[in-house]
Amino acid sequence: MSATPVLALRGVSKRFGAVQALTDVELEVHAGEVVALVGDNGAGKSTLVKTIAGVHPIDEGAIEWEGKPVQINKPNDAQNLGIATVYQDLALCDNIDVVGNLFLGREIKRRGILDEVEMERRARELLTTLSIRIPSVRIPIASLSGGQRQTVAIARSMLGEPQLVILDEPTAALGVEQTAQVLDLIERLRERGHAVILISHNMADVKAVADKVAVLRLGRNNGVFEVKTTSQEEIISAITGATENAVTRRAARTNGEVSK
Amino acid sequence: MSIDKTSETPKDAPAVANSEAAAAAVTAVDPRLLVREQGLAGYVGEFKRKMRAGELGSLPVIVGLIAICVIFQSLNSAFLSAQNLSNITITMVGTGMISVGIVFVLLLGEIDLSVGSVSGAASALAAVSAVNQGWPEWAAVLVAVAAGAVIGAAHGFFFAVLGAPAFAVTLAGLLFWLGFMLQVLGANGTINLNSDGLIGQLTTYFFSDVAAAYGLAAVVVAVFFATSFLGSRRREAAGIPSRPLSETALRTALLAVVAFAAAYMYNQYKGLPLATVIFLAFLVFTDFVLRRTAYGRKVFALGGNVEASRRAGINVTAIRISVFAISGFFAAVGGLFLASKIASANQSAGTGDLLMNAIAAAVIGGTSLFGGRGRTWNALLGVMVIVSIQYGLQLESIAEPVKYMITAGVLLTTVVIDSITRKTQKTAGRA
Ligand SMILES: Nc1ncnc2c1ncn2[C@@H]1O[C@H](COP(=O)(O)OP(=O)(O)O)[C@@H](O)[C@H]1O
Ligand SMILES: [Mg+2]
Repeated sequence: MSATPVLALRGVSKRFGAVQALTDVELEVHAGEVVALVGDNGAGKSTLVKTIAGVHPIDEGAIEWEGKPVQINKPNDAQNLGIATVYQDLALCDNIDVVGNLFLGREIKRRGILDEVEMERRARELLTTLSIRIPSVRIPIASLSGGQRQTVAIARSMLGEPQLVILDEPTAALGVEQTAQVLDLIERLRERGHAVILISHNMADVKAVADKVAVLRLGRNNGVFEVKTTSQEEIISAITGATENAVTRRAARTNGEVSK
Repeated sequence: MSIDKTSETPKDAPAVANSEAAAAAVTAVDPRLLVREQGLAGYVGEFKRKMRAGELGSLPVIVGLIAICVIFQSLNSAFLSAQNLSNITITMVGTGMISVGIVFVLLLGEIDLSVGSVSGAASALAAVSAVNQGWPEWAAVLVAVAAGAVIGAAHGFFFAVLGAPAFAVTLAGLLFWLGFMLQVLGANGTINLNSDGLIGQLTTYFFSDVAAAYGLAAVVVAVFFATSFLGSRRREAAGIPSRPLSETALRTALLAVVAFAAAYMYNQYKGLPLATVIFLAFLVFTDFVLRRTAYGRKVFALGGNVEASRRAGINVTAIRISVFAISGFFAAVGGLFLASKIASANQSAGTGDLLMNAIAAAVIGGTSLFGGRGRTWNALLGVMVIVSIQYGLQLESIAEPVKYMITAGVLLTTVVIDSITRKTQKTAGRA
């Protein structure tokens, strides 16, 4: 694992009118590392994702990419750096077909004209290797189920070899089998040296694939834990903000070991 | 930039996943696969599925056109005469051009109420340049269409950059450009155009050689067949489902019947009208832009989900401004055809039911008011319906008030169809 993180957030703050969504948030992700970002509803996870993806520019703080400070003011900035994002609200166009959505904003062209044949061929190839099964790649997204849309959104992020993949609750709408596939996918991304930020409420998923867990609470950092050496209870108490003292910590730790 | 990345590394992304399991999964045919991918029988099946799911497309309007022909022909046998049909197809070009611009705006899910006034303003500008200033007519035409595009872009600026609702901005535009036109026309209020000039000839010139109409029909059919056939071949070569030859042949045959019937009809009268040729050229071009270019894809994307488009890196502001510029451009082009028809620019240009007819035509043709669904060919079908009704009622000497009421009924019917379609699609899970 390299010493310089691929992405580092330094004291990032973001405000929406009266809501202080993020305050002084720090986060580091290295190549070949899966960082789980956890926190209660409204903790600011999706907002953090959107600041990295260029949807909401940050108010204060700095973003470093491979050790160098960068400005991410619009989605293109993030894409050009090599950041791919699967948003919680998916961000697909219902009226456009699967192929069109996969390549939206980065269409393949032949002499200035959309190369539908090549896009469809690659879309099929990609979906096949991801074991994603949808009725047809030429039907509008509107006719897919929630889980199918989710897999299309994930497939979309895999196009174009991103260095950092951010997944905002990617398994929330998925069945057991598809969840397993997404987790496999995340592991494979790590093996190939990509950095991954995974947001999930499912502690089992987090423990299964993540290396580190960063906890957000009310828009602030509330600890970064090594998955291997931390119990589920410790993470949960950091999420809920249970008072931190030696006794509760010890209790949590022993319980955690018992339950294993 | 990311395009290059994908094209350099076509094999990379797929390698991410577990290919053996996938290959095993794919060899078995997925029972949910749409019949579409199984030849001509599948095509029929998909057609039925579309009907059930409420994807009616242009079907209602084509049925409507046939009904109009049957009704008016039974009332007066002059309706389907070559002369009447030829006149209908020339008259409809002015409103039809404006309607093409409206289709673009509707695809965004927005509306442009200024197109009537802009068309009037453009024709006034052209007339003043050509007649009062004595410029060559081609220069006057250029000034008019450029002005239309700039006016549209200005509306787009207020909407896209300043965030004012398009409805309100273009309502202001409706008033402003009407005032502008009256100002430009000055005291007389009417400027007569030289009917032998370029603008005059737009609606009066015919390619009277019989070969012209048949030749155009033949070229259109041949090009259609060649592109469909070669497209299917390329898809086959790439190993992805393609249209069966039988389907391509059927579509080509249908097009050939329509094209040669129209050519025959034109040749029974004065020949192929220049106006028709220009209108068809614009329709083919805009349809191509919307469905085959990245620009068109962006317009559809905005109509489907603005936020998703923005996150995909699409410059939402630029696309919005450009679409309103296109609308202004087509309003101006339509204005020139309307001026040509009456060989003058006058104070009533762009007023009356023109705006409503242009919007109605787009909607009647099958463009959704809710954005993201439609084709520029819809403008042709819709305007055909409206102008045919007008001519049919005129043959019956039915007065203006009734014409308005009947057109209103047609519009209401199509809007209801559009809304029901959307509802059906929602219940069929395809809203
Ligand atoms: N676009 C926005 N405008 C105003 N407030 C927002 C916006 N997006 C998020 N928020 C607020 O920011 C806080 C964090 O939200 P979010 O990042 O979605 O939480 P999480 O994803 O962790 O559940 C919430 O209080 C939410 O209401
Ligand atoms: Mg969230």
